Amino acid sequence: MTLSGSVAIAGVYEHPTRWAPEKTEFQIMAESAKGALDDAGLAIGDVDALFAASMTMSGMGIVDLAEYLDLKPTYLDGTNIGGSSFVAHVAHAAAAIHAGMCEVALVLYGSTAASNAMAIGTGMGGERRDPAASFSAPYGMTTVGSYALVAQLHQQRFGTTSEQLAEIAVTMRDHASLNPAAKMRTPITVDDVLASRMISEPLHLLDCCIISDGGGAVVVTSAERARDLPKAPVLLLGCGESVAHQEVGRQDLLTTAARQSGTRAFGMAGVSHDDIDLCMIYDSFTITVLATLENLGFCKVGDGGSFVSDGRIRLGGALPVNPDGGGLSSNHPGMRGIFLVIEAVKQLRGECDARQVDGARLACVHGTGGTLGVAHSGATLILGTEA
Amino acid sequence: MSETSEFTHPLPYASWETRGWWEGAGRGEIVLQRCTACGLVQHKPRALCVRCLTDTIEHFVASGRGTIHTFTVTHQNMVPPFSGQLPYVLAYVELEEGPRVFTNIVGADPASVHIGQAVVADFASGPRDDGEAIAVPRFRPA
Repeated sequence: MTLSGSVAIAGVYEHPTRWAPEKTEFQIMAESAKGALDDAGLAIGDVDALFAASMTMSGMGIVDLAEYLDLKPTYLDGTNIGGSSFVAHVAHAAAAIHAGMCEVALVLYGSTAASNAMAIGTGMGGERRDPAASFSAPYGMTTVGSYALVAQLHQQRFGTTSEQLAEIAVTMRDHASLNPAAKMRTPITVDDVLASRMISEPLHLLDCCIISDGGGAVVVTSAERARDLPKAPVLLLGCGESVAHQEVGRQDLLTTAARQSGTRAFGMAGVSHDDIDLCMIYDSFTITVLATLENLGFCKVGDGGSFVSDGRIRLGGALPVNPDGGGLSSNHPGMRGIFLVIEAVKQLRGECDARQVDGARLACVHGTGGTLGVAHSGATLILGTEA
Repeated sequence: MSETSEFTHPLPYASWETRGWWEGAGRGEIVLQRCTACGLVQHKPRALCVRCLTDTIEHFVASGRGTIHTFTVTHQNMVPPFSGQLPYVLAYVELEEGPRVFTNIVGADPASVHIGQAVVADFASGPRDDGEAIAVPRFRPA
């Protein structure tokens, strides 16, 4: 039996908090674990595999988390490849379950980035006596700057406009207005985006994700076991992982990690782009969505600007992207990958009320972690209701 | 190449792998690595050639000339000293020898900086507490 279709997501939970100064990361993870296990009809005692990453967990943080939860899993994975980590965790869990190394995997995230006043996008570059960091820190590299380098090149090479990028932010805000849990729900216009202050050209404030607190959990198990659980299983049909970096000085900045991970995920799932009902795309910045859609193969590299411009990525369009409002408007507690998986599962179950994509049966999820124009990871999942 | 100018940003720190690059900058030179076996010119510097995985590398002085591959004018950075030096320009410069290097564009009105612009290396250093004679390579319009 192949991996595709043999493993399912049986439970998900998005922590409702967007501001939690009174909570710790592990507390948010534990509260989320309870929510996802309840959703799956399972108990903490059923868990035999633990996956997590966070903004502050150390290299051995997964051991600390196991102690916090008083768990003794047979499978531990604290992989941290940035905000995409949780998308990769689901794939790693699926591989381990498929190989018979564990049966019920819990994937956790918790963060107090906002209440701890982490300046995630523009807080880098301080004094660090680190030879590796010396190739960026003395120059004042910022996270947003690394994405802006890609946006500038895309605009120059293909004539992509700031209005086209702004359309992505406007769409996410409109989606967030339909999501009661979203942090930013007041609609905005393209002019609002262009009039917001410049952060790193050509990206304005409203081209950038928000910063919130938050967390979530995902329960992964075998498709066989999931069939006996209360919620309709959402099957992992395809997965892929990748990294893009400076390539000893020859990086093509317009070829992102999504190219490799997307090709593998679509190949494993045996589905075409036209089959996909919705996308959950990591929207750290507007350019991230545009570059990811291109590199996943939904349009040619260079055509992303027109692809997102005619309502195609809106609810009701041909390819709705981030119906929850994404990191641009719903929540972005530093590492957003887990919410991509959670919303995709809820959409495929038909649980999303006003923001529901009608008849959603097949979703493409892609997480980007790190700094787009310097070094980043990518993880893609194809999730569906039928094998 | 230009004379070394005063530098107020965080100073670079060299490992023995990266010392050729930073000490070269201290002399006002762009120093790159080339593999004597396969010819690869690689940046950032490493202890070995990443194609051959052997230490068949030599250092050589590059021209210091290149073109702007892409750039961004940065208007927000919360961290001193950058918070007091806005706006500044982050860029990749494609060197004549091939590799692209992450750097700043200086000596230009940020509004005039453009992709494809010809630039030359410009070196900056500042007082250090460790006796190192190294500098930071940045680029300015040619």
